[in-house]
Amino acid sequence: MSASSAATIAVDAKGISKKFGDFTAVNNLDLSIEEGTIYGFLGPNGCGKTTTMRMLTGLLTPTNGSIEVLGLTLPKHAEELRFRIGYMTQTFSLYKDLTVEENLKFVCDIYGLNSRERKTRMTDLVDRYNLGDIADRFSGKLSGGQRQRLALAAAVVQKPKLLFLDEPTSAVDPESRRDFWEQLFDLSDAGTSIVVSTHFMDEAERCHKIAILDAGVKRADDSPTVLMDNLGAAVLQIDGNNLRQLREDLIKLPEVVSAAQIGSRLRVLVSQDVADPEKWFSKLTVKHAATHAEVVRPNLEDVFVIKTRKQG
Amino acid sequence: MIASLRRIFAIMNKELVQLRRDKVTFAMIVMIPLIQLVLFGYSINTKIRDIPVGVVDQSGSAVGRVLVSVVEATGVVKFTGFYTSIEEAEASVRNGTVRAVLVLPEDLTYRLVRSPSVNKGLPPSTQEETSRPVGQWIVDGTDTVVSGAIQSLRNMPLTELFHDPPNRNTATFEVALFYNPEQRSAVNTVPGLVGIILTMTMILFTSAAIVREHERGNMEMLITTPVKSLELMIGKITPYIFIGLIQASIILALGYLLFDVHFWGNLLSLFFGTLLFIGACLSVGLVLSTLATTQLQAMQMMVFILIPSILLSGFMFPYEGMPIEAQYIAEGLPATHFMRIVRGVTLRDATLLEMPYDVLWLAGFFIVGLAIAALRFKKRLD
Repeated sequence: MSASSAATIAVDAKGISKKFGDFTAVNNLDLSIEEGTIYGFLGPNGCGKTTTMRMLTGLLTPTNGSIEVLGLTLPKHAEELRFRIGYMTQTFSLYKDLTVEENLKFVCDIYGLNSRERKTRMTDLVDRYNLGDIADRFSGKLSGGQRQRLALAAAVVQKPKLLFLDEPTSAVDPESRRDFWEQLFDLSDAGTSIVVSTHFMDEAERCHKIAILDAGVKRADDSPTVLMDNLGAAVLQIDGNNLRQLREDLIKLPEVVSAAQIGSRLRVLVSQDVADPEKWFSKLTVKHAATHAEVVRPNLEDVFVIKTRKQG
Repeated sequence: MIASLRRIFAIMNKELVQLRRDKVTFAMIVMIPLIQLVLFGYSINTKIRDIPVGVVDQSGSAVGRVLVSVVEATGVVKFTGFYTSIEEAEASVRNGTVRAVLVLPEDLTYRLVRSPSVNKGLPPSTQEETSRPVGQWIVDGTDTVVSGAIQSLRNMPLTELFHDPPNRNTATFEVALFYNPEQRSAVNTVPGLVGIILTMTMILFTSAAIVREHERGNMEMLITTPVKSLELMIGKITPYIFIGLIQASIILALGYLLFDVHFWGNLLSLFFGTLLFIGACLSVGLVLSTLATTQLQAMQMMVFILIPSILLSGFMFPYEGMPIEAQYIAEGLPATHFMRIVRGVTLRDATLLEMPYDVLWLAGFFIVGLAIAALRFKKRLD
């Protein structure tokens, strides 16, 4: 039943911007999200993730640019799109004074399911998202993880082709977060395209593709592995003592892009102009009590640091 | 179409479940009419009795004492202060102990006898003598209702003073009081109270109901669903229509039980009139909900409409007595039109068909309000 052409692009946005008065929340953003993928927006708070997501769901009208979602032009066909997308808001937006079951029932009715469809759909959702034990609890009294499961269940009631999740796991413990991602992969396997925003690196790493957003501008857009492989810098991991002082000194060097302490180690990003970073480090005079330095594989945080630094 | 009805029904049902769990609001639905009815029913009284007054009897005569008791027998005033000097009496008026003082002059007996209203005089009173009143009232004229009541004593007959049979006094006009022959204020107040209480609760409940969805973050979820703004509005206000009808019934039933206000009218007219008014109030509430961003703001806006509704709708003061500008404002309040309808129907057995002007006004409020609200309500965040 998929639309007209062999459109494999679920979200196609060209040059979209959003200004609130003098403040530019999103600046000239191009997005192309393939169907069936999990696509992540990675960025700090206030970088324009939520604004972008609201524009893609038709809740906000972009100041400039054009958006096509599932073949529908926004904001013109926003109402039509509602039946085909699910949106899980950043803050819990179901009714806290209704029970889990009442909330699900309400959402089923809103999407126009008849009572038989509703019954099978609810059994299915309660089963899949493990809501059976808490069906009679008020949703305001649930734990973060339970609430998230309910919100996800409510967002997929109408079996959307495209699912938007705005920072879905910010209030959830790591265990629940893992389970939550398992559910997302199940949905993705079943053919649902997913757009998720996050400020967690480990979460972004699970996405098929990510866009790094910073101050409303897209800094990078590719799969996490490609981004890590093409970092454009080497990562040097240094063990030793008095790392605070070492960091202070290193950061002044022109070859050093950034240096951050992680536990009892220092993680230093060295410019790609330096051919052999380990050798470079061993020749440095300001070593203090550093004992050992080795080049390690970049992670997504390194990518994030590099991408958001360069232009800054 | 079926999906649309299903959505409206889902919202209605949700609203009722939430309402049932919100104990405070639920209690307000019953308690507001009850408390207001008792407060207004007992306190609003335009017929004044037993105003505290004083007397300065300079004559010190027996006739003076009899005159005081005759005045008191009218029931309008009650003599609580007895003073020896005018200064003392004026001080009591100033500090509020009494609202008026009756001053009886030294030559009271002579003035009485020569007074035309007593008509004992032989030889007949001269022109100068007849123009002299028996005594003087010094009245605190600030409250026009109180001073008006005392002014009504100005021409009281004094024939009783001399144990004469009361003269057969032919009035210029005969006045037949229809619908409220005993002149009880409650008869006028109780039906009017339906309008005031519905204005208050209906506008507040609906505006708060929509604003609450914004405040609690539920609106962000609702607007991403296929629900249409009109569906949302209808689903939201329908439960309150029933609540409004329940409140109206409570007031009229209690009005009968506590204040003996009989209901004369046509039940169908009352039902549809009330329904129209509830609809008008609800659509005003919906418009407010598109203006307010918090429940507190909605409440403040409601007060802005409620106070003029109490003062200008004819609930407290007669519409006819207001300056023309105020009358124009009053026409713009749904409560004014409902006040006429409900009093007409419950007290004078009028039907809606006899009051098409007010019926049309209310219908207009409902439709225009609903249209404005539906247009203003955006399924967008910007």
